[in-house]
Amino acid sequence: MIAIVNYGVGNIRSVVNALNRAGVTEPVLTAEPELLAKADKVVLPGVGDASCAMAALRDCGLAEFIPTLTQPVLGICVGLQLMCRRSEEGDVKCMGIFDTDVVRFQPAEGLKIPHMGWNSISDLKTGLFKGLKEGSYVYYVHSYYPQLCGDTIAATRHGVAFSGALARGNFYGTQFHPEKSGEVGTLIIKNFLEL
Amino acid sequence: MVAKRIIPCLDVKDGRTVKGINFVSLRDVGDAVELGRRYSDEGADELVYLDISATFEGRRTFCSLVEKIALAINIPFTVGGGISSVDDAARLLDAGADKISVNTAAIKNPQLISDIASKYGSQFVVIAIDARQVDGRWMATTHGGKFPTDKELFSWAHEAQERGAGELLFTSMDHDGTKAGYPLATYRELNRLLSIPVIASGGAGSIQDIADVLGEGCADAALAASIFHLGEIRIPDLKRELKKLNIPVRI
Repeated sequence: MIAIVNYGVGNIRSVVNALNRAGVTEPVLTAEPELLAKADKVVLPGVGDASCAMAALRDCGLAEFIPTLTQPVLGICVGLQLMCRRSEEGDVKCMGIFDTDVVRFQPAEGLKIPHMGWNSISDLKTGLFKGLKEGSYVYYVHSYYPQLCGDTIAATRHGVAFSGALARGNFYGTQFHPEKSGEVGTLIIKNFLEL
Repeated sequence: MVAKRIIPCLDVKDGRTVKGINFVSLRDVGDAVELGRRYSDEGADELVYLDISATFEGRRTFCSLVEKIALAINIPFTVGGGISSVDDAARLLDAGADKISVNTAAIKNPQLISDIASKYGSQFVVIAIDARQVDGRWMATTHGGKFPTDKELFSWAHEAQERGAGELLFTSMDHDGTKAGYPLATYRELNRLLSIPVIASGGAGSIQDIADVLGEGCADAALAASIFHLGEIRIPDLKRELKKLNIPVRI
């Protein structure tokens, strides 16, 4: 059973659709700890403001619970940011699973913010990227980014180099949207389902 | 480095794509989902679906089409046409659209941009502006260029950005359909003035025109309809040529 954490934040439909395309017919949408604990895989989506999303996660009683999960967990976009130590967006303390902070892109000549569109990922590590070439393109939409750290498993450059994806133990996260990243994204989702 | 995007635009009426389409291998050229998937397979970076239905029934059909597109397509897509309220935008978001574009309704009611952006985020809102030159000034028009307005392009684009639009889609009505290229200086100026991405539309007749607007014109993306639909330019060829010209593209 594949569970999607449904904590009232973000457009869950695109994640459901992507799982459907990867062959998962009926992912379970839930904020129940008992159900999440029983899932084979857990996806933590999220869009919008990180401090609002973190508050919503706390309101559901999941901020302490998610770090105790032992099966593979995938955070997407703001979902990943909530798994970092803290975010500059609303200066909020997050779950602290990944050993890094989330900060805002600094304005610079010729640098568009938000970072929106297709960008390449490199220095790929872990089975999440099995079968992918270095420099593969994925789709990003964000104004805050997780800094590089020992948990970085993919790096992207937009003015600065940052963590396109992170992993520690059974926890994975992508700052990009695999559900919108064409065939590359579909492969990443399939890889996650096979972890 | 962020890749420059290539975006085919599909017009939809009563749930089916219209305009002459030259993909011989498509079983049903009116099938918006199949056509979108075909473009996605060819390397399109995003898709835009524009609802040109004029009836309530047509709009409802479009919404259910958006659900089918969202299920079938694994790249981002924008929908536009007739969005005049937060509720209209919400329905399309719920159906699975990644972004909506607003044009005429935002000129009549600029607050619409603020309302949609504050509720669903800037990444969800594309401001589309159709403008033409009047006495040397670029002035926005409504209803696909039919009616003039008193909104000047640069100040209106800037206001839209400040209100929360996340991208600008600018079409020069003086160039649209001419196949004579884009007004490059105008795109450069928009890029200089704005921090949000700028999508160029209308005027491309050749691969070089698209290369020019993405290079010299500094546009972040190029949108086109008939040159793709009629097979005059094929997306794989276009991207290969752009890459040769050192324009960063996703291949």
